[in-house]
Amino acid sequence: MSVKSSWPLWEVFVRGKRGLNHVHVGSLHAPDAEMALRNARDLYTRRNEGVSIWVVPADAITASSPDEKDPFFAPSGDKVYRHPTFYAIPEDVPHL
Amino acid sequence: MTGEREADTLERDFQHTVDADQRIEPRDWMPDGYRRTLVRQIAQHAHSEIIGMQPEGNWITRAPSLRRKAILLAKVQDEAGHGLYLYAATETLGAAREDLTQKLLVGKQKYSSIFNYPTLTFADVGVIGWLVDGAAICNQVPLCRTSYGPYARAMIRICKEESFHQRQGYELLMTMMGGTDEQRAMVQDAVNRWWWPSLMMFGPPDDASPNTEQSMRWRIKRHTNDELRQKFVDMTVPQAEKLGVTLPDPELRWNAERGHYDFGAPDWDEFWQVVKGNGPCNAQRVAHRNRAHEEGAWVREAAAAYAEKRARGLDRLAQQQLATGGVA
Amino acid sequence: MSFDNAYEALVEPGTTDEAHWAFGTGFADQMTGVDRAVPSDADAGNLAAYCLMLADDALVFSQRLSEWCANSPELEEDVALANIALDLLGQARLLLARAAEVAPEVRPAAAPAHVPDEDALAYFRDERDFRNVRMVEQEIGDFAVTIARLLLFSSWRLALFQRLATSRDPVLAAVAAKGCKELAYHRDHAVQWTLRLGDGTDYSHERMRAGLARVWPFQPELFTPTPVELRLAEQGIAVDPADVRSEVDNVVDTVFGAAGLERPQLPELSPVAGHAGRDGIHTELMGYLLAEMQHLARSHPQAVW
Repeated sequence: MSVKSSWPLWEVFVRGKRGLNHVHVGSLHAPDAEMALRNARDLYTRRNEGVSIWVVPADAITASSPDEKDPFFAPSGDKVYRHPTFYAIPEDVPHL
Repeated sequence: MTGEREADTLERDFQHTVDADQRIEPRDWMPDGYRRTLVRQIAQHAHSEIIGMQPEGNWITRAPSLRRKAILLAKVQDEAGHGLYLYAATETLGAAREDLTQKLLVGKQKYSSIFNYPTLTFADVGVIGWLVDGAAICNQVPLCRTSYGPYARAMIRICKEESFHQRQGYELLMTMMGGTDEQRAMVQDAVNRWWWPSLMMFGPPDDASPNTEQSMRWRIKRHTNDELRQKFVDMTVPQAEKLGVTLPDPELRWNAERGHYDFGAPDWDEFWQVVKGNGPCNAQRVAHRNRAHEEGAWVREAAAAYAEKRARGLDRLAQQQLATGGVA
Repeated sequence: MSFDNAYEALVEPGTTDEAHWAFGTGFADQMTGVDRAVPSDADAGNLAAYCLMLADDALVFSQRLSEWCANSPELEEDVALANIALDLLGQARLLLARAAEVAPEVRPAAAPAHVPDEDALAYFRDERDFRNVRMVEQEIGDFAVTIARLLLFSSWRLALFQRLATSRDPVLAAVAAKGCKELAYHRDHAVQWTLRLGDGTDYSHERMRAGLARVWPFQPELFTPTPVELRLAEQGIAVDPADVRSEVDNVVDTVFGAAGLERPQLPELSPVAGHAGRDGIHTELMGYLLAEMQHLARSHPQAVW
């Protein structure tokens, strides 16, 4: 059997909220598009649900010039304990 | 073939971009050494996140409150996420995750030695958050401005999440210090065990760190190991005082002249022993990773086989829909 | 840009629209504003017992699922299973708190006063007082066992919660409404993997078949109502689990059909003198699960965490 146990690479684009474009946020591995979408939801929208996610097979992307400015997506809030401000630290503790 | 003069121009343009504090992006020309250094450094960082799941994951099922359990699970999950962001950054350099994983599994690539120490009490969870993640943040914040774009962007996201990790650690320790005598002793014991390994996280002293100079010229690295170590100590001492724990270094004292804390030297022999694979948990950590990878092989194969069938319309669902006249 | 502030990158010109960085922004507590009054005709003891059943199912299954962290077949799956475990843990915490709120006497006497209700119930109850079905306490097993169990459990719990969302207990209704979204995702995850394992390779098909066989005998217990559930169901507060049987059967049969799997022909795991998980009569595995989960909290009862 020639099936490899490593999965192909997918590029992930997330629309963080209505009114914004989909933005490239990174990549992941998944066996197929359906699982790629689900993995993307878990990995890249862990802190807040993006409005919509696109996944594209990495080898389906044709690039023009190297002049790209895709900011790495920063995450977002569904579990309050994921946010630093959830932890009460006295104001006089420095550098935390 | 690229002519010699053209190569010179490319190299000059590259260094010019770096010197101007511009980011290098995946399809830009870059020196082979730059690419190799980045792949090695980012992969090592990614492996550290993945192996780092084990010492803390060790306490998920035993966390002493449901709130702490949720926090710890989310934190360890974040580490898997960080590993994935970083592997994604290496993919932009042409390094396949599968290859990097193999190198980790056979010991050809390293991960941070700190994770070769055991987590023996629940206070270790707090101390890892405070000291280990704190040291990681010191190392990583400058990397948010590293010259390679995908790495810098991954680090921005990671640093934001690490800040949650450090705060949860410190908050846990503060809570425990406000508890029983046994808890306070537990915290002090954990600090005693993790302090020196945390200082070692910044790597060997500058005079024993041959790659630093080139990495700084390429702006992959922006500060030397000793600079970062000093910064970490300066940040941490007042936090320890607030917490009410003692850092286990008799040489630790404020130096008004330097405007920094003086501190003792870690046991570099121990450091090299652990790096070479003789730490308390090296074998265990790598064996754990190997086991998970091997036991999961049939699952990954099944999913790949299914994807292939599905692409050709040969999966059972498609056949079923065909048979019933449904839309495939 | 200064040396030690990661956040400055956020406002660096040209990086991104700040609104895009959702991190640290609003966290809506979906339970705020929910009416916490107990319906006047409800028996508080019954309601608390029912909350404990639903809470313990989620708590114990979450405990098992969390064992996958750093052990699953792929890193992406570590993240997914941890998400599911976190969702269930969240449901358990809300329901444990509700149980103690409506009937403070369910709080075990062994729990010191400073321990929050949810922890008193999770850490200081003895095995006999746990009300979860026996399916969730079974050992973690391999990935196929986990997926088989997740498929049955989440299909069943989603069907329950969809009906509970209109419960006359406003807190149960709110917990269920929130949980539906989570459980739909859990079920979907289980369905996707059942298809892939069932219809992937011959070997995975065989493993999936064996996984189903491992959990199948525990399945009838999910649909066996207790007197408490029947009483509360009559009042429109709880759901009679027998009512969701055909819906769950339908889900499972559809998935099995697409995955090339068959319903195992296996008998129900017998209760003990008519008693099973809901009555606090568990399998031997439950004691080990609790020993691991509770030992630290119980070793230091006066500690604060």
